[in-house]
Amino acid sequence: MIVTRKKPPEEILSMLEGAKKIALVGCGQCAAACQTGGGKELEEMTSFLEENGKEVVCAILPDECCHKLLVKRDLKPLRDSGAEAVLGLACGDGVQTVADNAALPVYPATDTVFLGQIERVGIFHEYCRMCGDCVLGRTGGICPVTRCAKGLVNGPCGGQKDGKCEVNPENDCAWVLIYRRLEATGQLDKLCRTGPDRGHAAAAHPRHINLREKKS
Amino acid sequence: MSELRKALETGVFAVTAEMAPPKGCDFSRQLAAAELLRGRVHAVNVTDMQSACLKASSLGLCIHLRLAGLDPILQITGRDRSRLAILGDVLSAASFGIDTVLALTGDHPAVGDCRESKPVYDLDSTGILRLLSRMEETGTDCGGNPLSGPTPGLFKGAAATPAYEPRLLQLSRLRQKAEAGAQYIQTQGVFDLDQFRDFLEDVDRAGIQLPIMAGIIPLKSAGMARFMNRSVPGISVPEETVARLDAAGDRGQQAGMELAAELIARIREEKLCAGVHIMAVGAERNVPEILEMAGMHPFS
Repeated sequence: MIVTRKKPPEEILSMLEGAKKIALVGCGQCAAACQTGGGKELEEMTSFLEENGKEVVCAILPDECCHKLLVKRDLKPLRDSGAEAVLGLACGDGVQTVADNAALPVYPATDTVFLGQIERVGIFHEYCRMCGDCVLGRTGGICPVTRCAKGLVNGPCGGQKDGKCEVNPENDCAWVLIYRRLEATGQLDKLCRTGPDRGHAAAAHPRHINLREKKS
Repeated sequence: MSELRKALETGVFAVTAEMAPPKGCDFSRQLAAAELLRGRVHAVNVTDMQSACLKASSLGLCIHLRLAGLDPILQITGRDRSRLAILGDVLSAASFGIDTVLALTGDHPAVGDCRESKPVYDLDSTGILRLLSRMEETGTDCGGNPLSGPTPGLFKGAAATPAYEPRLLQLSRLRQKAEAGAQYIQTQGVFDLDQFRDFLEDVDRAGIQLPIMAGIIPLKSAGMARFMNRSVPGISVPEETVARLDAAGDRGQQAGMELAAELIARIREEKLCAGVHIMAVGAERNVPEILEMAGMHPFS
């Protein structure tokens, strides 16, 4: 799940300054689950903008806002809408995909914060930083790149007290969690047994994957 | 050659003291305090923006100390520097004859005084040790490219926390640092010798053979002790120590120095470990007096 949160209303109005007719584009997947860009949020945003002197000329809810061809199809109503600007209520990927398909200024209504677990409705936890070099096999299925504030993959620093991280005492020390998990699953031999240091050459942004390339 | 290395390799009870560079460009207070340490410590640790609070760089003060004929320890954290920058600093240090280093992961910027700074952590303490070991062994840099001229020979240290739970996690990390090339260990502040002895026994049992220097933090008041117990990870000041500081009232700082001296004397007399590392947190001028009280006079 790509977790997003709403930008402050005043920031949205500031971005839309000078544009009267606005088109809204949400997303039926992650942003809907995050309550930032589903049908209900499109309605709420419509009311908010109209209360603030804007005219919402269309509100579109693609099934997936990150799919270029689907979004192109779903954005057809935009063409004749008279919109002067588009407000995207999806993740950063979705907003860019809308911008790739609309010859209009496109603005984000959300901040994209992390790839995370839905613990239950409305409660999300960051679980993966998409580093491209997964270490979960030696860390008991708990990601230290994400869940340690320093992203330490070799073992803990000295900054935990009673299992809590000094950077944010509401967070558990990922390495204490890893230790407990490895202990509980009979894998303590893996503790702090590290491979070579992680490099960053393979993670030079932006990354691309093409499954259609001919296999040699 | 590193004075600390000489002491540790010849079995002399080693003493180091820690000092922070200024938050500014006037190093005179640090250099004056360092003069008082001359002939009393084997090396002066220079912190690398401890607690993630902005200071002049560790390398800067290390160079000042080296030019003054003292033996500095370059503390290197991974917080602000990528492997490129770390190796660059180590090579610059080596050109001044600074060859003793302490590799640390580094406090997170979020706990410091410049919270918007980007946490780098390209390498942690273990990664820094490995990088330096590999350079020494192969004469190559972080990209595997050959260095020009002689390859620096370093004396590399790391940190450990005796009052850490779970202990096995700390021991695993310590073993990893040893395997990465650590040659000595300086610990977080030790206040309880029973607990410290227990830690050392576990280190022995784990088969980790490294000279360990006990961290000594002279407390300044009962309030400071309570604050550290409450807020500083890896610190555990026993109740009787807090009570003695309480009883000392206004003389807390003096009592704290006496307590530190007692710990040093007992560690040395009982040959508990290879030496002590004194972290006076701004009160470096008191270090000579603490050493005197501990029965340690200037080296001849």
